[in-house]
Amino acid sequence: MSHLFEMVKRFKLYPRQVEWLGFRALAVGSVLTITPIFMVVIYILVQGGPAISWGFLTQMPQNGMREGGILPALVGTLYLTLGTAIFSVPLGIGAAIYLSEYSSDSSLTRIIRLAIINLAGIPSVVYGLFGLGLFVIFLNFGTSILAASLTLSIMTLPVIISTTEEALRAVPQSFRVVAISLGATRWQAIRRVVLPQALPGILTGVILGLERAAGETAPILFTGAAFFLPRLPQSPMDATMALPYHLFVISTQVPGMPIRIQYGTVLVLLTFVLGMNIVATVIRSRARARRQW
Amino acid sequence: MEKIVVENFSLTYSDGAESLQNINLKINEHTITALIGPAGGGKSTFLRAMNRLNDLADVAALSGHLYINGQDVLDPKTNVIQLRRTVGIVFARPLPLPLTIYENVSFGLQAAGERRKAVLDEAVERALRQAQLWDEVYDRLGDSAFAISGGQQQRLCIARVLALQPEIILLDEPTSALDPISTAKIETSLLELKEKYTIVIAPHNIQQAARIADDVAFFLQGEVVEFAPAEKIFTTPKDRRTLDYVQGRFG
Repeated sequence: MSHLFEMVKRFKLYPRQVEWLGFRALAVGSVLTITPIFMVVIYILVQGGPAISWGFLTQMPQNGMREGGILPALVGTLYLTLGTAIFSVPLGIGAAIYLSEYSSDSSLTRIIRLAIINLAGIPSVVYGLFGLGLFVIFLNFGTSILAASLTLSIMTLPVIISTTEEALRAVPQSFRVVAISLGATRWQAIRRVVLPQALPGILTGVILGLERAAGETAPILFTGAAFFLPRLPQSPMDATMALPYHLFVISTQVPGMPIRIQYGTVLVLLTFVLGMNIVATVIRSRARARRQW
Repeated sequence: MEKIVVENFSLTYSDGAESLQNINLKINEHTITALIGPAGGGKSTFLRAMNRLNDLADVAALSGHLYINGQDVLDPKTNVIQLRRTVGIVFARPLPLPLTIYENVSFGLQAAGERRKAVLDEAVERALRQAQLWDEVYDRLGDSAFAISGGQQQRLCIARVLALQPEIILLDEPTSALDPISTAKIETSLLELKEKYTIVIAPHNIQQAARIADDVAFFLQGEVVEFAPAEKIFTTPKDRRTLDYVQGRFG
């Protein structure tokens, strides 16, 4: 520090100038952090853009996946996302309501919270192996959309629980007290006052959680993803192709794969995930603009 | 007729915040009783005990009796939901719910299971008229409750309580966040409302107590030092501390 002061003295910089330099340095840093994102998106748009056509999205892969489209992978990812939502959204929101509105601070709730935090830190491949052991083998679901969705649900739950809890906590305590003082039950206060206010925050968390599930490869690797299927999945007990795994397959497992199709697939996956992200951002900023407290 | 009878009522919070010791009071029907005294004396705690809103706080110990209409509301078997419909409360800051004006006023009735639109409409209009707010908001009942002024919001909060047709209305410094004109409006409506209801108020200041109260209880450090008709408290109080407080020597 003293060294810095010496320098400042020697160059006779005024505090105002030091501040100016400091802010410029911070601005450069901020720009640097977002540059890679733009480079990735632009590169993929340029490389993958020409591959995108109606046929690419609606046709089955042909000639050992070297031609044709990515329909089964796209549909599979939609199914998996939907399946994950069915299990993780009600369970996650319910758990969050219990934790933030009903439970008192006991050793049980502390253990639950600790478990949720740790659940979020587990590497995704571990979820994959766990899903293989529990859903695929022990519960005998086979490699299926069901087993993969359940595995992705467990991975998504911590995100949904913690963002929902945060959204509930952001609603002022006074709203609950007022509702209860008017003869409402705790549940009526939550349903009629707290939940509607927390809904945008909850939705944001749900979307972010599902978006992560949609882009994961490892958890579905052993539980439901197929290398190649000649037809679309017919039931939740069927295995399915999925965009992230399909990408892995066509990038590493198929010799002579046209690079155009690889980047086209990346572009579709990225659009899917970023699209969900943008929806979440719009919901949040709209709700913030409308909020009155 | 005695509406509220408090016998040897004591309460302590687990965090050691303002507690109450051995409170004895008899509050008559159709009167305004003012609870005066310096901050931290237990006025809010006492108000919140009457409709068991204290259940939401961390109460460590509770003893004595608090009879409303002859029923001890501290009895664990008390139907607290029903109690809160009978004993309504208005808080210090205007606290509208994030709903429309109409929904705020009808909230209690809807929570009680009332679905009929005609009944709700009628109750909303009656309550808003009683709170002297109807003329100002009748044409925008569907607007957000946050869209009206602070004084209007506080009258909305009174209307919200009145819609439930309670018997007792508790007010915890209801005008502390309001300008003098809004304060005067609220005081006027309280004087009218006491014909139908029993009102217990922690006033914003002693002058407010003098303007509207029939009886006054002086709370000091969790105890009721003196409880008497207002003119007696303000002219010839029995206790030296009461005299010092009403004459502004401390507080």
